[in-house]
Amino acid sequence: MSEPIIKIENVNKWFGDFQVLKDINLDVSAKQKIVVCGPSGSGKSTLIRCINRLEEHQKGTIVVDGTELSENTKNIEQVRAEVGMVFQQFNLFPHLSILDNCTLAPIWVKKMPKKEAQDLAMKQLEQVQIADQANKFPGQLSGGQQQRSAIARALCMQPKIMLFDEPTSALDPEMIKEVLDAMVNLAKGGMTMIVVTHEMGFAKEVADEVIFMDEGMIVEKAETKEFFANPKSDRTKLFLSQIL
Amino acid sequence: MSSLQLIKSNKQNFYYFLYLGLFLFSISILDVSLNAFLKLNITSFLPDILSIFLPLIIGFIGLNFIRTEYSGIKSLDLINKNINTNNFNSILTLLIIFAIIKATPPSLSWMIFDANISGDTKEACTGTGACWTYVKVWLRRFMYGMYPNDLHWRINLAFILVIALGFFGYFLRDNLKKYLALYYVIIYPIIAFLVIYYLISGGSFGLVWVETGAWGGLSLTFIVSFFCLIFCFPLGMVLALGRRSSLPMIRYISIGYIEFWRGVPLITVLFMSSVMFPMFLPEDFFMDKLVRVIIAITLFEGAYCAEVIRGGLQALPRGQYDAAKSLGMGYWKMHIFVILPQALKLVIPGICNTFLALVKDTPLIFVVGLAELAGMLALAKTNPKWLGFAMEGYVFAAIIFWIICYAMSKYSYNLEAKYKTER
Repeated sequence: MSEPIIKIENVNKWFGDFQVLKDINLDVSAKQKIVVCGPSGSGKSTLIRCINRLEEHQKGTIVVDGTELSENTKNIEQVRAEVGMVFQQFNLFPHLSILDNCTLAPIWVKKMPKKEAQDLAMKQLEQVQIADQANKFPGQLSGGQQQRSAIARALCMQPKIMLFDEPTSALDPEMIKEVLDAMVNLAKGGMTMIVVTHEMGFAKEVADEVIFMDEGMIVEKAETKEFFANPKSDRTKLFLSQIL
Repeated sequence: MSSLQLIKSNKQNFYYFLYLGLFLFSISILDVSLNAFLKLNITSFLPDILSIFLPLIIGFIGLNFIRTEYSGIKSLDLINKNINTNNFNSILTLLIIFAIIKATPPSLSWMIFDANISGDTKEACTGTGACWTYVKVWLRRFMYGMYPNDLHWRINLAFILVIALGFFGYFLRDNLKKYLALYYVIIYPIIAFLVIYYLISGGSFGLVWVETGAWGGLSLTFIVSFFCLIFCFPLGMVLALGRRSSLPMIRYISIGYIEFWRGVPLITVLFMSSVMFPMFLPEDFFMDKLVRVIIAITLFEGAYCAEVIRGGLQALPRGQYDAAKSLGMGYWKMHIFVILPQALKLVIPGICNTFLALVKDTPLIFVVGLAELAGMLALAKTNPKWLGFAMEGYVFAAIIFWIICYAMSKYSYNLEAKYKTER
């Protein structure tokens, strides 16, 4: 295996007295797809938010593509430009059209010429099949369309890694599929992905590895087939029996 | 009250009741109107006590007849739903209508029918109503203060220029639009200041110097409000961001500043600016009184603006910050492109509120000897030739202030509608 693109070593994090992450170790190599699952409050969202430092970890090291996350804001911004993120609540900018949502960061962060940024944005929007909505505002779109726009927006920064924080949890059941399809396409394109989700069908289809977290610890980490066929710990078995 | 429901319309005779009710209601309004406008009491043959209450009783019965659950007639349903929901409500409605009718004739006759406007001296005012002659004679003073009469064109020209420059942004070409904020926040105030300084103050280009003590009236209200408004907004923005900064130093300075200026009354601030402040300055350093006052009000109102803007910043969901950060935007890019445009949109009503208060606070500068509109009134009413017309002056000033403030709030509604986006 090549040098991992994300290296997480002994990471600990506290919210006040409450320890959310306990000695997390995780290596992700390029083009790997990892699904993180677990009950709510188990620290899975916090973990992936630590990877682009939306949350600070207090102990341990996180190295993303050769850059260690520390107080250095220059490093952090550099890492964030390389790591795309999709949120549960979409978090599109409601005052900008979908196209402007997609071009804002490339123009101002990557200093891309406007024309080029727009072409790139249209290409990404086509990929998620909402190019015809480009001039609408987020409030005029359905949840599924908004989430696909959010994926396109993250992709416009041409990231090396994509983080998904429960991307389908806030959607109507009918719209989940269209978002998952977009994610499957992305996975087939060879993107490095870390996905927090409860969609086990998606996990089975695209994930190389599945991680099960509980109470801030990684309880089980196994290849996808292995994970679903022979879960080792009792906690995982219990979780899978409830969710499948 | 339920006994009153005995005579109630049903589907068959609904229209009879509707017409009868409307008729009775109109009669009661007519009676009060005749009484108020023509001093005619058509029910004078009745005992006094009944004569007074008759319109109320008739109107009450009328409204009671009109009241139905749902008629399908739009305006009728609107009335029933809003001003005629129950007996108590209908009585209140009638009393308010009567009060308005009763109050109209005296105020109209004071303001218009019995008022005087001709002539140029106090003696011309012979009527029992308002003496608008007073306002007419003093109008120039109310508008321009003690500014020399033959130089008023300079003030007019300066204002026209400043307004024209304000509209300049609308005609900018599209590729220059991104500099719009820069223009309005930095360039425009500087140009406006220069225009007002050179035109109204004079002293160069062959214009006679007029010291700021002579400025006054409505034009001074405009000058003070204008500069305070455009300067206090950016100041408030900086302070609001500072108060939410993660750097303790900046945060505590902002909090300290805001709490200090919000804690002192404006009138003391103005006193300080004119009496105390010069003592701390070096002997040869001179700063104009008007400039000091403008700075004082700006610093004061900036603190209020800051808190209003902070409210908008706090109303934004955390996800917006997360999304902007996750795209690699730094602090300034995030705030300029994502946070502030949304937050400022949310606080338009609050900012408008603060600005209206600011405009209405400007009369306080009278305490340091600057007489804007209300200040000129205070001076004019003590003029021995024109004693006893304070009322007219204050009504006049109230109307002017109301027009200014109403225009401002209308403008803010427009802005709200213009920048409204669905969340």
